[in-house]
Amino acid sequence: MSVIEGDEQARSTADAVARRSYGKLVAFLAARTGDVAAAEDALSEAFAAALKDWPQQGCPSNPEGWLLTVARRKNIDRIRAQRHEEPAADRLQTIAEGSEGADEIPDRRLGLMFACAHPAIDESIRAPLILQAVLGLDAKTIASAFLASPAAMSKRLVRAKEKIRQAAIPLRIPDRDELPQRLAAVLDAIYATFSEGWADPQGTDATRRDFTEEALFLGRLTAELLPREPEPLGLLALMLHAEARRRARRTPDGEYVPLAEQDPALWDAQMIYEAEAALKRAGALGAIGRFQLEAALQSAHVDRCRNGRPNWPEVLQLYDALLALTGSPVIAINRALAVAEVSGATKALEALEAAAVNSCIKDYQPYWAARGELLSRTGASEEARQAWQMAIGLEKDPAVRRFLQNRNAG
Amino acid sequence: MQYILMAYVDEAQWPKMTKAQQEQGMAAYMAYTSALNEAGVLKGSNRLQPVATATTVRIANDKPQVLDGPYVDSKEQLGGYFLIDVPDLDAALSWAARCPAAGHGAVEVRPIWGMAAAA
Repeated sequence: MSVIEGDEQARSTADAVARRSYGKLVAFLAARTGDVAAAEDALSEAFAAALKDWPQQGCPSNPEGWLLTVARRKNIDRIRAQRHEEPAADRLQTIAEGSEGADEIPDRRLGLMFACAHPAIDESIRAPLILQAVLGLDAKTIASAFLASPAAMSKRLVRAKEKIRQAAIPLRIPDRDELPQRLAAVLDAIYATFSEGWADPQGTDATRRDFTEEALFLGRLTAELLPREPEPLGLLALMLHAEARRRARRTPDGEYVPLAEQDPALWDAQMIYEAEAALKRAGALGAIGRFQLEAALQSAHVDRCRNGRPNWPEVLQLYDALLALTGSPVIAINRALAVAEVSGATKALEALEAAAVNSCIKDYQPYWAARGELLSRTGASEEARQAWQMAIGLEKDPAVRRFLQNRNAG
Repeated sequence: MQYILMAYVDEAQWPKMTKAQQEQGMAAYMAYTSALNEAGVLKGSNRLQPVATATTVRIANDKPQVLDGPYVDSKEQLGGYFLIDVPDLDAALSWAARCPAAGHGAVEVRPIWGMAAAA
């Protein structure tokens, strides 16, 4: 084999291992020391060593084990180098204890995710932290999706990892009684990752489109590692439903298409099937939750559009349950639109205004779009026009803005 | 891992309480302290005198400057602390949540800068 072929094979093996096992290796390395940053550094040095070594020696039969052994050695070297600063013996001991055969690396990624989404970590940095620690994304990529400067994002990630280490936030799955609440934070972070990816529905921005894939990967992983918990399955079903309709949300010219006008033939039937199966499995576990209800709503929308059978009372019931559970004003707005289908626009406007007592909702585009829609149905066209105007002014997606402008004109 | 649990409470409330309420409050702190002792995690604990007794010192222009009063004037004041030794932050937080001050004030949890955390 030529050097170049060897190089390429080494690179592609390293890439494949990185994709498959990055988080597993970080989680395993950090589990004993509590030091996520050191684990990441040691692992990236091990990957660099692999790219140098593998083209010459050939790829090892167990690349993960190879990387783990090298990363551990790097970790020990680093701590030896710091020895004059602190008594490192106990930390070396901790790392050495973990040197059993690396054939079977236990999967501690979930423990790592629970640490990243710990209530002691600022909520806005939890999703970026998971993307970095579990998937190995760099600060620059994460920053672009979360609309932050790379330098600021990098600083916040470093600070969060320092807090995990210095405050000794444990990298493990919480106890039974704490699990539901703590799991909700992990799922929120995954959903935030998905929403950031989803914010570019045309999928023109490659970094953003990847994020929905990463969120689906994390969702599948969480559902797989906690098979007795229904909410990870609910979240997975919700994300799959949204992803399944991606292609139908825009015309070939990039114009926005609302759900009611989408062509179900453009939906990804396989993904919808997978979503329904996940939701069914969640239902069988017998504990309802926010993500299952949101997925059930998606399921009801799909069913209505596919079969042309109005199911608004069922939809309204789901919104009622969701609103009771979350108290979210965003849910209340969507619920008001379902009220319109069941009891008419006047009743719906009352429901919408009840939701809007919370003043921060007045900066929220969907509130004004819903108001414009409902007012125009009651014939209050001047008021409707003002509401549409507000919605247009608050929208940042150009395609949605054009859609709202057309509605307003029509 | 050692953590300090700092109890911040509005000390102005204490004199307004009835004698029975004060006794009940004291009893709650005593029960908490003995629970920490029973669990073998308590390393030290003290209640502080009110902030009216506080004096703050700093060096200004190479000379010690002494000021009457606490360093930070706030609605709730540091009223006492518990130094505990537990495996991780989750354990420290669950003890913080049981501290009576968490009910009528707030408890700040800070890891101690020990040798193992110095890197």
